[in-house]
Amino acid sequence: MHPAGPAAEAIAALWWVMLVGSCVIFVLVMALLALALRRSNVEGRGDGSEGERVWLVGLGLVFPLLVLLALLAYGLVIGERLAPRDGPEVVTVRAEGRQWEWRFSYADAPGLVTEGVLHIPAGTPVDVEITTVDVIHSFWAPRLAGKLDAIPGHVNVLRIEAREPGEYAGVSAEYSGPGYLDHRFTVIAHDADGWAGFLRGAAP
Amino acid sequence: MTPLRRHRALTRIWASDPGWKGWFTTVNHTDLGRMFMFTAMIFFVVGGILAMLIRAQLATPRSAFMGPEVYAQVFTMHGTIMMFLFAIPLIEGIAIYLLPKMLGARDLAFPRLTAFGYWCYVFGGSMLLFAMLTGLAPDSGWFLYPPLSSTLGSPGINSDFWLIGITFVEISAICAAVEITVTILRFRAPGMSLDKMPIFAWYMLVVALMILTGFPPLILGSVLLELERAFGWPFFQVAEGGDSLLWQHLFWLFGHPEVYIIFLPAAGIISTVLPVMARTTLMGYGWVVAAAVALGVLSFGIWVHHMFTTGIPHMALAFFSAASTLVAVPTAVQIFAWIGTIWKGKPQLKLPMLWILAFFATFVIGGLTGVMLAVVPFNWQAHDTHFVVAHLHYVLIGGFVFPVLAGLYYWLPHLTGRRRFFRLGEPAFWLVFVGFHVTFLAMHWVGLLGQRRRTFTYEHGQGWEAINLISSIGGFITAIGFALVLIDIAINALVTLRGRRNPWGAGTLEWAMPKPVPAYNFASLPPVRGREPLYDDPGLDLRIARGEGYLGDPGDGRRKTLVVDIASGRPEQVVVFPSNTALPIVMALVTGVAFLGVLIKAFWLVPLAVLGVAALAFRWVWSLGTRTDEGLLDAGHGLSLPLASASTRPPGWWGTAFLLVANATFFASLLFGYAFLWTVAPNWPPPAYLEPGLAGPALGLAGIVLAPLGLRLAERLLRAGHAMTPGLAIALTGAAATASAGVLAVLASADPQGHAYDAIVRVIAGYVLIHVVLAAAMSVYLAARRSAGFVSPDRYGEVRIVRLWTDYAAITALLGLAALHLPGALT
Repeated sequence: MHPAGPAAEAIAALWWVMLVGSCVIFVLVMALLALALRRSNVEGRGDGSEGERVWLVGLGLVFPLLVLLALLAYGLVIGERLAPRDGPEVVTVRAEGRQWEWRFSYADAPGLVTEGVLHIPAGTPVDVEITTVDVIHSFWAPRLAGKLDAIPGHVNVLRIEAREPGEYAGVSAEYSGPGYLDHRFTVIAHDADGWAGFLRGAAP
Repeated sequence: MTPLRRHRALTRIWASDPGWKGWFTTVNHTDLGRMFMFTAMIFFVVGGILAMLIRAQLATPRSAFMGPEVYAQVFTMHGTIMMFLFAIPLIEGIAIYLLPKMLGARDLAFPRLTAFGYWCYVFGGSMLLFAMLTGLAPDSGWFLYPPLSSTLGSPGINSDFWLIGITFVEISAICAAVEITVTILRFRAPGMSLDKMPIFAWYMLVVALMILTGFPPLILGSVLLELERAFGWPFFQVAEGGDSLLWQHLFWLFGHPEVYIIFLPAAGIISTVLPVMARTTLMGYGWVVAAAVALGVLSFGIWVHHMFTTGIPHMALAFFSAASTLVAVPTAVQIFAWIGTIWKGKPQLKLPMLWILAFFATFVIGGLTGVMLAVVPFNWQAHDTHFVVAHLHYVLIGGFVFPVLAGLYYWLPHLTGRRRFFRLGEPAFWLVFVGFHVTFLAMHWVGLLGQRRRTFTYEHGQGWEAINLISSIGGFITAIGFALVLIDIAINALVTLRGRRNPWGAGTLEWAMPKPVPAYNFASLPPVRGREPLYDDPGLDLRIARGEGYLGDPGDGRRKTLVVDIASGRPEQVVVFPSNTALPIVMALVTGVAFLGVLIKAFWLVPLAVLGVAALAFRWVWSLGTRTDEGLLDAGHGLSLPLASASTRPPGWWGTAFLLVANATFFASLLFGYAFLWTVAPNWPPPAYLEPGLAGPALGLAGIVLAPLGLRLAERLLRAGHAMTPGLAIALTGAAATASAGVLAVLASADPQGHAYDAIVRVIAGYVLIHVVLAAAMSVYLAARRSAGFVSPDRYGEVRIVRLWTDYAAITALLGLAALHLPGALT
């Protein structure tokens, strides 16, 4: 994972936090299990009632509740930050999936359609309106943001942003039949001049 | 009577037919449980071979082994077989085999239904195998999303095989769930109150109720999608007012509970096996029961987490994300109850315990990645990559297959009556454990690197080659391990020495019977005072054999067991079971003809087959009950009990009640679908609503009031010793009136191919129609039963069953007709 935009960065950070947390929890549970196996070999039968409070209330109820509350709050904050918000400089584009290509059109340049290549300005939030003309697809540019499905008859809006100009790979991420593997697209992020030029119809 | 003579007499009564015929006419739960498990294992091997084909294909980039079309069939069938034809039937088989033995009963509540369910499973599964062998297997993923799976994306017969085969198999799951529920609630040993039940029975009770409420949405989805494919009714086609998201909701309304339907029985096995392995009792019985119930309930609130990337509103995402992570709490309670049990006991590292320890290591990882996936932003990145594939295999293999193998080795002496002699099991365990983690740890990583699931190959130079190769090698090691497990079980089942009666020193009742297991389970039914009857009374098995329990007298040659009060376990009735019959397999065959008719588009076959099923069902129920009042029967210990067929709520009433729970879920899903399309589908409202007029609603309402009243009158007349005819006539008139209201609604609706509204109007009207017609047929049946003497002033339980069904038909007719007519009336 090489995040190249705020959304992908936030998710990557979330992943590392969860990975470390999970490893700690896993080691803890395994250590307790090993301890239980060892202890009982030496001491034999323990008393159940006092154990119930420690094992079931402490470890079974309180421990996961605390961890989950923290995680959930973190996830929600990030989710909130990733949600499309109205802003003065948001650029809107439209992505239309079909078996097996993507067509992109641009609110700032009516009539302009590109096939297989999505052009966006770098350093600016972009709302991608995602839809499909046939079966379900999913729009995913992994380095820029998470994925969102293209559902027949519905339009879903995904907020993406590329920090730097460049080319970013994108794929469809919902199985759509034999041509699924090569159902790809490219996102090209332009600097300010390049974007203005693209909108004027100049060759990118 | 000596134990040996009692054994012979009871065997004569309970044994299946000798020779090959016995396979087809047996209704005994021990036979059928084994047949279920064996068949499920065959499907496991098939699914495993498909998994190896997948790993062979993905081992190297740009592999020329399979093209995208073949690969699509292979991954679709791998998922479908493992979920529907291996996991669920294996659970059913384990429960069918074990439950009566653990609960202290001689068979399940409805023995012929067990057999019918088994044959439905075999025939439905065979359809899918046939499709695979002829290259016509479904190919749009195991969750079959339309429009890809509908006529647009899959014009061939492939998807039909899935819809029809799986629905057929689901009949068997519903049958098993009804009977597991009734068995656990009513067919227990005397004195076994709910809080003294073996923990496995609690788990299975939760699971059975979950099947009854979790499977109907998928059955509905399959019916709607098949109607769309066969007749062009556009439920999922957006241009005509349908919405493909409806399928996703219906599918995951089933699909998420399904995960817990698979996990909870495995957890039940651990809660049973682990304390015995640790030479102690389960820590926190009440806590574990509460955790199982909580998991069952919570699992219905989180289906949307499979749809986080479909553009669900933000608030809803937050709610479902919270609910999804919350599932970790009851899971943690169970995990720590188990570790606490080990802590307070003296664990022995025998083979079942090894598998349980493997479960811990694997399932905790699967649970943690599950929590990660429940966090929405992360889900947006990982969804539909190999990370998800790895996660679900950790949960399903770690959380289901490993515990089941622990259980299999634990109950192997019970199943075979033999000692385990060949020690292939230990090396097999290590092969599977190591191979599994190599395969799927690697798969997490390649998923994070962006490899999508369901892609048939990948390119050089993406950095995925080495990881995929490692994953494939691990996969083959796992497969060799599983093959060794199967060989180990086979040779130990076939050639080793006879074993002891209770080799593990367990406390539950299934170990209190001779091995191999006699057809009648218990020579007499043991009174129970605690959760581990064999710990309370080590000589219990001998006393059972000596006939010192209840119903120890083989008597009149009928198959008898006890029915107890739900909460207290106090014996209430004696039930007489039907004996060996080919009726279940014949009925499953004729049912199969109906499904086949839809599959090959020979629709004329369907009404013929339905008539055949009706005739067989008539024979089925006709053979129950008695023509004479038998009064009280001696049950032993000075206890005299009535026959169940002479009670006001016979087992059939309970069976009907739980079947109606599933049926009501189906109907509720249908109304949900209607409301969903109404509010979410883009092309609504339809061109025109149904115009109610006066005749339809008036007729419908009159019938809805008359039919239940008629049956109440019939019962009153019967109990006063009069003829029931006036009451039944009123009930029939009511049914006819409601039915004509349904017909009028169908006639008034527009072309169902034109808009999803008109299509769903027909489905609701059809549902109402089917249920009233069945209610009417039952009233006619009652009249026949009365004149043949099966129903009398003292034996009117059957009237109550028909009343229950009629009430249900009336309520759903009221709701259904209101849903049909209100939109037109209000606009």
